[in-house]
Amino acid sequence: MAKIVQAKINGILVRVPSGTTILEAAKGVQIKIPTLCKHPDLPASAACGICIVKIKGSSKMLRACCTPVEEGMDVITHDPEIIEIRRTVIELILSNHPNDCLKCGRNNECELQKLTAEFGIKDESFPQFIRDLPIDTSTRAVDLDPKKCILCGRCVYACQEMQDVWALSFLERGIKTRISPAGDIQLADSPCVRCGQCSAHCPTGAFVEQDHTSQTWKALQDPEKYCVVQIAPAVRVSIGEAFGYKGKNLTKKLYAVLRRLGFNAVFDTSFAADVTIMEEASEFEERLLRGKNPLPLITTCCPSWVDFMEKFYPDMIEHFSSCKSPHEILGVLSKTYYAEKNKIDPAKIYMVSIMPCTSKKYEITRNDEMFASGFQDIDTVLCTRELARMIRQSGIDFDSIPDEECDSILGEYAGAGVIFGATGGVMEAALRTAHYFVTGKELKNVVFENVRGIKGIKETEVVIDGKKLKIAIAHGLSNVEYIIKKVQEAKKNNQELPYHFIEVMACPGGCVGGGGQPYMVTDELRIKRALALYQDDDDKQVRCSHQNPYIKRLYKEFLGKPLGEKSEKLLHTRYKARPIYAK
Amino acid sequence: MYNKVILIKDTDLKRQDKTRDFYTHLLDYLRENNLHSEILLVRVADIGVYDKGLVLKMLPDRNTYINVQDTDIKRIVDSILQGKIIEELVFRPKVKQHRIVLRNCGNIDPENIDEYIFSGGYAGLKKVLGELGQQKLIEEIKISGIRGRGGAGYPTWMKWNFAREVESDQKFVICNADEGDPGAYMDRSVLESDPHSVIEGLIIAAFAIGASKGYFYIRAEYPLAVERINKAIKQAYAYGLLGNNILGSSFNLDLEIRLGAGAFVCGEETALISSIEGKRGYPHPRPPYPSVKGLWGKPTVINNVETLANIPAIISKGGKWFAQIGTQTSKGTKVFAVTGKVKNSGLVEIAMGATLREIVMDICGGTLSGKPVKAVQTGGPSGGVIPESLLDTPVDYENLQKLGSIMGSGGMIVMDEDDCMVDIPKFYLGFCVEESCGKCSPCRIGGFQMLGYLKRISEGQGKPEDLAQMRRLSVAMQKASLCGLGQTASNPVVSTLKYFEPEYNEHILNKRCPAGKCSHLVTYSIVGDKCKRCGLCVINCPPKAISGDKEKGFSIAPEKCVKCGRCVDVCKFKAISKD
Repeated sequence: MAKIVQAKINGILVRVPSGTTILEAAKGVQIKIPTLCKHPDLPASAACGICIVKIKGSSKMLRACCTPVEEGMDVITHDPEIIEIRRTVIELILSNHPNDCLKCGRNNECELQKLTAEFGIKDESFPQFIRDLPIDTSTRAVDLDPKKCILCGRCVYACQEMQDVWALSFLERGIKTRISPAGDIQLADSPCVRCGQCSAHCPTGAFVEQDHTSQTWKALQDPEKYCVVQIAPAVRVSIGEAFGYKGKNLTKKLYAVLRRLGFNAVFDTSFAADVTIMEEASEFEERLLRGKNPLPLITTCCPSWVDFMEKFYPDMIEHFSSCKSPHEILGVLSKTYYAEKNKIDPAKIYMVSIMPCTSKKYEITRNDEMFASGFQDIDTVLCTRELARMIRQSGIDFDSIPDEECDSILGEYAGAGVIFGATGGVMEAALRTAHYFVTGKELKNVVFENVRGIKGIKETEVVIDGKKLKIAIAHGLSNVEYIIKKVQEAKKNNQELPYHFIEVMACPGGCVGGGGQPYMVTDELRIKRALALYQDDDDKQVRCSHQNPYIKRLYKEFLGKPLGEKSEKLLHTRYKARPIYAK
Repeated sequence: MYNKVILIKDTDLKRQDKTRDFYTHLLDYLRENNLHSEILLVRVADIGVYDKGLVLKMLPDRNTYINVQDTDIKRIVDSILQGKIIEELVFRPKVKQHRIVLRNCGNIDPENIDEYIFSGGYAGLKKVLGELGQQKLIEEIKISGIRGRGGAGYPTWMKWNFAREVESDQKFVICNADEGDPGAYMDRSVLESDPHSVIEGLIIAAFAIGASKGYFYIRAEYPLAVERINKAIKQAYAYGLLGNNILGSSFNLDLEIRLGAGAFVCGEETALISSIEGKRGYPHPRPPYPSVKGLWGKPTVINNVETLANIPAIISKGGKWFAQIGTQTSKGTKVFAVTGKVKNSGLVEIAMGATLREIVMDICGGTLSGKPVKAVQTGGPSGGVIPESLLDTPVDYENLQKLGSIMGSGGMIVMDEDDCMVDIPKFYLGFCVEESCGKCSPCRIGGFQMLGYLKRISEGQGKPEDLAQMRRLSVAMQKASLCGLGQTASNPVVSTLKYFEPEYNEHILNKRCPAGKCSHLVTYSIVGDKCKRCGLCVINCPPKAISGDKEKGFSIAPEKCVKCGRCVDVCKFKAISKD
């Protein structure tokens, strides 16, 4: 138990556990200290200087975001002098920030813009100077406009500490300081895995997802195109945030909205997740019972994780499930199975994936297997934030639009498919089906509580058919090293394998915390989104992928059997070692 | 083996070295008298006394003779042999310096540990390990009243005590030798001339807090200091003063050198820690202070070179002895590197409480040009400019701060009336803007904007409202910057605005630079009645801006003139005016 300290903020007595910052303590007594560089999800970097407060008896002003409350402290958060200094600092930041808000990807969602409005700043107090720095669009997922960067350091923290990727760092110093990959190379040539956590945490328009809404609009208006859309599990529980809902599952509202937007068929990635499980659980069964490939089996639903592994742990390739990510599976099935059954020319199908993810924008062309249908399996990826913009542009009244169902035959999903969006979800879904594949018996209780939750590394054991299976789950790429190192060690020393099955998701919280999700994510919000997914699973009659009647039908009518010839051709991919630095 | 050394230097201002003849004559005399193997003659680059003709410094007696003539040779040699002093030749500055930090500098061979030990070195460490123990050691430091010499003046004992009280499996000590102020070389001098005193101080600090590992963070631009500290550390290991079981006690300490890569901000202690950890040299918010959570999250004491060099002396002579020196709040001495327009520039160590005037006029002999002192800048780039009228202020931490300056690490730059009070802050602020790490916006952008105002004012583009904007900016920089660099970067501007506002207004309203420094505001012209029409200026003018002939006289075309001042330098008749 932390010690309780007592202090005063604006004359109001506060009693908080020692270590609580002035910012948090003030919030507790309904005082909002303005911040800019501080993101509730990240530790304070203390860069901007907006949150300064006075401490009585000291001539210095301290940053509320990172200064812990001390016993007897007498804090003043607002007075004319403090407000004037804050205003000056904002004006300084504005003097080094382009004035093109109206044309910015973050217009109306920019934290600097909001703060400027709050302070009522209208004039240009200091002469403007903007360095002429080029926009880096090389990743095909997230664009970096260094001119708009206010050097809060959030993206650097996310990239280095949260994700352990180290694509981003500060270059140069003083007024020339800027964000860039080390060596001043392009992001695509850097270790960047396109997870988009930089863009999810950026306060301004310095990091914005590459916008693909206009090409989507164009396709929707093209009478020659047959537009098909799918929504990822994590999108249904986060899209509402753009319209005032938090942690609410809006699956059916989304189906309705997408249909109104003009899509000819509305599918659900959760269905494809069920397919993934059929394949992956079969792979696991093969490795476990027949030793065809080595254990542990590592999941590959996350393209950022795949990219990370190819760059940093190429020795793990043999452990990777060859199964494609669910949205790619749905893409290829749309342009083959669905097209055949409905007699649609696959060349006319325009496939859009709504994803919580920026990396999937890059994934759709990452190698030849992403063209397994004979066409590009996915034509466009939109992230949740882009969809929210499209809905606003469309004039659809999101609040009152009535629920609709999704389209057959690639829509109906089992509970297992939808929990893919939360960390541990793929593992849980796979275990449900693997149990059936290995034992031939259905589980009585399909919930694996130990694989759920926001803890960065989860290690647990499950028993299937008397066999103790060791499981590990990591989310947030900085948590990967611990697990992979253990596997590498064991392999090197010919020891017993530390794990049989490993799930990795690049983003903290899994896809619910994806880089393309609505802004201002925190663990609290990640948990809320995940709980909504688990509720969806709970409410489902069918909880296991192999029980999904549409899945059964798919294999019966089209694919044959998991890991069969057709499955291998359409649903599986290969990996190769890639250099960390492209050049 | 030489017993005596004579250092020779010509200090005349003509910038011609005339020591050769004297050296030869003296050497001849020594040879004739068969003394040349006893007395060594060395022609040196600097003795620290200027404009006093030929100056000799006798070692080991350290007497300095000024205005020496050839005719003095015999009596000087005789006096050396007899161990006497020739009073009429001795250089005696009005105020005696008080040397504690520089006690050994120039007296001992810095590469020889025995000489340090012979002069009383490592006795303090022995005392600490033998009789004092941690508690009493810190008590002694508390009694001495010594405050950090790095600039902020934080009581050293408190720093040590915080670190001592924190429980931790590992603690660190760091010597901050990242001296980077323009014109400052106090620390360098100590590191190069008396490395063991700093090492001893650091070992004592480590013992005080229970650290087992220490670092010297030395800027890479000080190669000799690095070399000497390196040698000294090796010697200390060989003598059992470092490593395991120091001096037979149970205390262990390892020391290592880390090189600073040239970023000024890495002298700030949290940035310094980042740098040692191999990260970008970015400062971090305090609290937590390094004493509690420092290097690799462990309690860490960071002391400046000068602070550490004081420690062995305090331990040997006692905290009370030290506390007698100085003022009520600032104990001991302070070393200043006095440079600028002063006659005798060099290192000056004075007891706290001596006035600026004593330092500038008495010790350093006033200005080289003979022109009146206009102001003194203390504390390096983040210090303030103190006008001549306030030179009688006794030097201590509080007084300098009250004047809008800081003690800083001890840079002191003297300015005369040729220095412009817009140009000076422009230089210093330019330095800080260049050296800003770029992390926090008030410093990064504020400094840049402020420099913009200064540039525009010095170029005649200033507006009356600029001064208010600069004042507003300076408040934001002082209050909202993260580290000392940003918080103090505006000091030169604030202090010149305070003491020299009319000079700013002269630039802004009348587009004139009274000191003739701001080239945009200076017009060069030829004064007709002084000009002898020699044509030297015409030949020497780089952009060929001077035209005319010997009949009609010469004139300068203002649109061609680049204001380089070459014509002023070459004119023998002072016929070029600058206005």
